Amino acid sequence: MAATATPEISRSRAPADAAGERRRWFRGQPFWLVAPALLLLLVALGLPLAIVTLRSFSEPGWGLQNYVWFFGSPVNLTVLQRTFTISAWVTLVCVVAGYPYAYAMTIVGPRVRLILILCVLVPFWVSGVVRTLAWVILLQDSGVINSMIRGVGLSPIKLIRTQTGVVIGMAQVLLPFMILPLYAVMKTIDLRLMQAARSLGASPARAFVQVYVPLSLPGLYAGAIIVFILALGFYITPALLGGPRSTMLSTLIQNQVLSLLNWGKGGAMGVVLLVATFVLLALAAPLTRQPHKTGSRR
Amino acid sequence: MASSESRGATIDIRSVSKRYGGFTALDDVSLHIEAGEFMTLLGPSGSGKTTTLNVIAGFTELSSGVLEVGGRSVVGVPAHKRNIGVVFQHYALFPHMTVGRNVAYPLALRGVAREHRERRVQSALDMVKMVDFSHRFPSELSGGQQQRVALARATVFDPPLLLMDEPLGALDKKLREWLQLEIKRIHRELGTTFVYVTHDQEEALVLSDRIAVFNQGRIEQIGTGRQLYDEPATLFVGKFIGDSTVLRGTARTSGDETAIDIGGQKAVTRKRLPNGGTPVMLLRPEKLALVRRGARISVDRNSLAGRVGEAIYLGSGSKYEVVLADGSTAVVRSTLEDEAFQIGDEVDVLFAGSDARLLADDDKADLTLT
Repeated sequence: MAATATPEISRSRAPADAAGERRRWFRGQPFWLVAPALLLLLVALGLPLAIVTLRSFSEPGWGLQNYVWFFGSPVNLTVLQRTFTISAWVTLVCVVAGYPYAYAMTIVGPRVRLILILCVLVPFWVSGVVRTLAWVILLQDSGVINSMIRGVGLSPIKLIRTQTGVVIGMAQVLLPFMILPLYAVMKTIDLRLMQAARSLGASPARAFVQVYVPLSLPGLYAGAIIVFILALGFYITPALLGGPRSTMLSTLIQNQVLSLLNWGKGGAMGVVLLVATFVLLALAAPLTRQPHKTGSRR
Repeated sequence: MASSESRGATIDIRSVSKRYGGFTALDDVSLHIEAGEFMTLLGPSGSGKTTTLNVIAGFTELSSGVLEVGGRSVVGVPAHKRNIGVVFQHYALFPHMTVGRNVAYPLALRGVAREHRERRVQSALDMVKMVDFSHRFPSELSGGQQQRVALARATVFDPPLLLMDEPLGALDKKLREWLQLEIKRIHRELGTTFVYVTHDQEEALVLSDRIAVFNQGRIEQIGTGRQLYDEPATLFVGKFIGDSTVLRGTARTSGDETAIDIGGQKAVTRKRLPNGGTPVMLLRPEKLALVRRGARISVDRNSLAGRVGEAIYLGSGSKYEVVLADGSTAVVRSTLEDEAFQIGDEVDVLFAGSDARLLADDDKADLTLT
């Protein structure tokens, strides 16, 4: 009897304890630790976003006219599609360039790793405008890259004011956002698993593809999502490196709001971009879930 | 030599050395392992036992020497082509695969058809009693369970040789003792050659047909547990395997007798050190007897005065640590029938000279044990 009664008591007490725990959390300090950040987000992000959304439905008159205009204009749809295409290319370039880089960071010694991390971070400390202007110098028709191409006797390629130029410039700016999450996941992968795979009969290449790559996917997805979403809203780099046929949505929005003072249309474009981003995030969410991955080094 | 029905491979290691820059990890190691034998590589950390295992597995390439598995040289053969099972201390299960897929992995690599794969995975998991866990992920298993799955994965492709690198090192004592018996049973069932690395001498004694004792990149002695305990070839082996008392002092050899002076008292044995060096006496605890000071004088036995420094009751008997006149410690085991002593009792330690093992003194034996 006693043996059956004891668990019952503990079971009835547990939820009450949990609720008490939660109440204490709200009253206690932890809540106030996040309050300043929450306030800032509300004032600096939530409020303007609400105003922009409101104005997209209310200017010049109440209704959906701004959205009807957006989806009715082929130019807008082309730019929207191009924005997603360029972002996808940027993400791809970042994956191809960032994956081996992040992997190298996990296998080198601490000194070399520090240098590699600095190489990732130093561009972060330089203003985006400066970096993009550097790309202008490098990519322009008489620039460094084309001089080198001419030097080896090949015909120069058009880089500035093309999509290729925009992708190169954006990928360089966004690369750290791919490398850092990838590295964070890769450094937890136990390299001894590769040794185990080899002992079971896997060649080093197979062991890498079948064991290492799957374990690194959470970092790859995280980095790809961050890069893609940041790329969707990129403004300075496409504006300076791109031409009329590589305009991205952010440039159109800037045009509507600052040049034409058309807050309704600009707001509608912003809302479309935001909603499209959320839809994409929702689609990608299941990919990032890896409940059984422990992968920690012992 | 190798029995014909045995499914294990012989291993021949001859004059193998491994150097990392100026550091010699393996120094002229030779070891022959019979087909189907359970061989344990025993030694303290950094003694070269794991390096030897890595050389056999192909994770480390040897610097010089001969390495043959099943009569064929495997020098230069990459690890994934050696067909050798390896069990690691850290389990090394693939966290993104279920237990079933982990065990099926080596079969998939070998192109085993799906329906055969299923059956072999089942029987391998059955052998380690983990069939019910086939759909779990490694993170959902305890350490002991994970190591059993790793054992199934390392044997499912019928390798003629299984290497184990301190497989029970991360587990608690009770589980370790139970898994030792499981590993022994699996060795009997499979008939595969097992090479087992451990620093735990008790584990080595429980499991092995033969034990190779490593120290500082060399093999000190190869033999059965009984041989290593009763007839240690070096002072290091004598101290590493089991409890022991080492009697050191001014030694004098006359005729066929060797006498060692311990704090004014003489221990005499009719043995001689064959290869020279400073002789020391090594005695196992059950070869020593304890009597109250002056209680009995035996002409044919050595007698050393001391004081009981520690008395440990073990159930089946007692273990005493007796501080001798020169400050050294004698370890004595008594049975229940023997007289019991308290800490501080003045006693005589008695032993027959024929029970003492005469060995060359070796400073390294003490250094490497600490």
